[in-house]
Amino acid sequence: MSIVIDKKMETDRHNQNGTMAHINDNNIKISVEKFSFYYESTHALKNINIKVKQNTVTGIIGPSGCGKSTFLRCFNRMNDTIPGIRYEGAIYIDGNNIFDKDLDVVDLRRNVGMVFQKSNPFPKSIFENVAYGLKINGIKDKSFITAKVEKSLHNAALWEEVKDRLSQSAFSLSGGQQQRLCIARALAVEPEILLLDEPASALDPIATAKVEELIHELKKKYTIIIVTHNMQQAARISDYTAFFMLGELIEYDITNKIFTKPSKKITEDYITGRFG
Amino acid sequence: MKNRTVEQFLGFLILRICIGFVILALAIILFDIFKKGAGVISWEFLSAMPRKGMTEGGIFPAIVGTFFVTIITAILSIPLGMGCAIYLNEYANKGKITRLIRMSIRNLSGVPSIVYGLFGVVLFVQLMRLDTSILSAGLTLGLMTLPWTITASEEALKNVPQSYRDGALAVGATKWQAIRTNVLPYAIPGMLTGTILGLSRAAGETAPILFTGAAFYLPFLPKSLSDQFMALPYHLYIMATQHHAIEKVRPIAYGTALVLIVLIFCMNLFAILARYKLRKVKVE
Repeated sequence: MSIVIDKKMETDRHNQNGTMAHINDNNIKISVEKFSFYYESTHALKNINIKVKQNTVTGIIGPSGCGKSTFLRCFNRMNDTIPGIRYEGAIYIDGNNIFDKDLDVVDLRRNVGMVFQKSNPFPKSIFENVAYGLKINGIKDKSFITAKVEKSLHNAALWEEVKDRLSQSAFSLSGGQQQRLCIARALAVEPEILLLDEPASALDPIATAKVEELIHELKKKYTIIIVTHNMQQAARISDYTAFFMLGELIEYDITNKIFTKPSKKITEDYITGRFG
Repeated sequence: MKNRTVEQFLGFLILRICIGFVILALAIILFDIFKKGAGVISWEFLSAMPRKGMTEGGIFPAIVGTFFVTIITAILSIPLGMGCAIYLNEYANKGKITRLIRMSIRNLSGVPSIVYGLFGVVLFVQLMRLDTSILSAGLTLGLMTLPWTITASEEALKNVPQSYRDGALAVGATKWQAIRTNVLPYAIPGMLTGTILGLSRAAGETAPILFTGAAFYLPFLPKSLSDQFMALPYHLYIMATQHHAIEKVRPIAYGTALVLIVLIFCMNLFAILARYKLRKVKVE
């Protein structure tokens, strides 16, 4: 993985947010440019600039209320369901602005999967949970759906545990299994990007380790952005880390650098646990 | 320490007295009606026409009338009420206007039923020229039930976790798909229960049908929806207060009351069973 840090670009364009890891333009999957988010009169996200490379894991860390979840929910426009919000700037995915008027938000969400903080299996069977996205997207071919469900459960590292009980309620699964089921549900519709909002926050260490292992595996196929409260987790699983505070992007760089040689004092203070 | 124990004892005692009082009142009413009404109940009472100026015979036309009026009520208020609730809860902007509309609907459920009766006369009987008929009465009752149906349905929708909607949207469902496949199936038991409770209330109402279609005495069954009809609550009212030989028909009045209570009890029971059954299906 070669990353070119372009000093000139840094001073040219995005200096408002302090230092950023500038990635060469090859394999850029997501590009956030001068992005601001308002909730009624609150300026919740302030002039964010980030580029995310394909097939990487980007961790978003920061104290509670810093806007990291809000930021994550911008990539699939889940914030659209909240009244009184406003966007400024742009987020490009494969070069297309997701706030473009002609963009179909339903297509966007199929392409940008999301797993929520609290696992939210539907009160349906395990099979139906995974098949849900396929069915609402108009797929009727039973054998295709069956194959896809199996593949998604495999990819979510859940197949071995549930293959004999697919028709049972999703609620019969343990917390960690439910979260992996939600990952499988997101994978079934073949997104290219996966958004994870503190997917392991409610899980015990063993279940967390499984989910982390899974994320590492998923990176080969997907571009992953993960919000996490747990700094060790960010250090373990992400290639890049973005540190947010009070709606601002303080620092964005290769994870290793953020955790060993952060360029801002405040990042260092947060990472070493002096606040937050 | 001692004081607190005494205080707690007194507190619970007062609460026990409250609930005991309510149960007692209910038990006395039911006991009285069962005692005085059960004697008249027979197959003939349920299946025969009233005879000899309603001093003899049965209450069959009143049962039939109430049945059909309730059906008209259901046809109007179930789809309309559920539709309004879905719109209000899922689609309407959460602004001042929506709040105002919701508040108005809640207030409408407090409007006295006689006012709905008058409104029904003006709108259905006169303006729409439906005459005094099953249709007019049913529609009037339907209007009266709507606020209940809407409110109960909205509560049922609110009980479906937001995460079901979000989860569906996140895999590329349209808003309507999310509602249809991932909200309604879990809200319908609650919606249905609230609606049936509203209907059972409507079935027992007298005032709204008084001007809009209920007849004092009809020795035959209505042939179409534009005919007048007899209804259980109105029949009871007549037998209890308006009849020329009140003392003589008192048992018939009690019998009618008993039939009405049993009917409404059955509807409520059905509502509870429906919810129980549907909820079970949902969890499995």
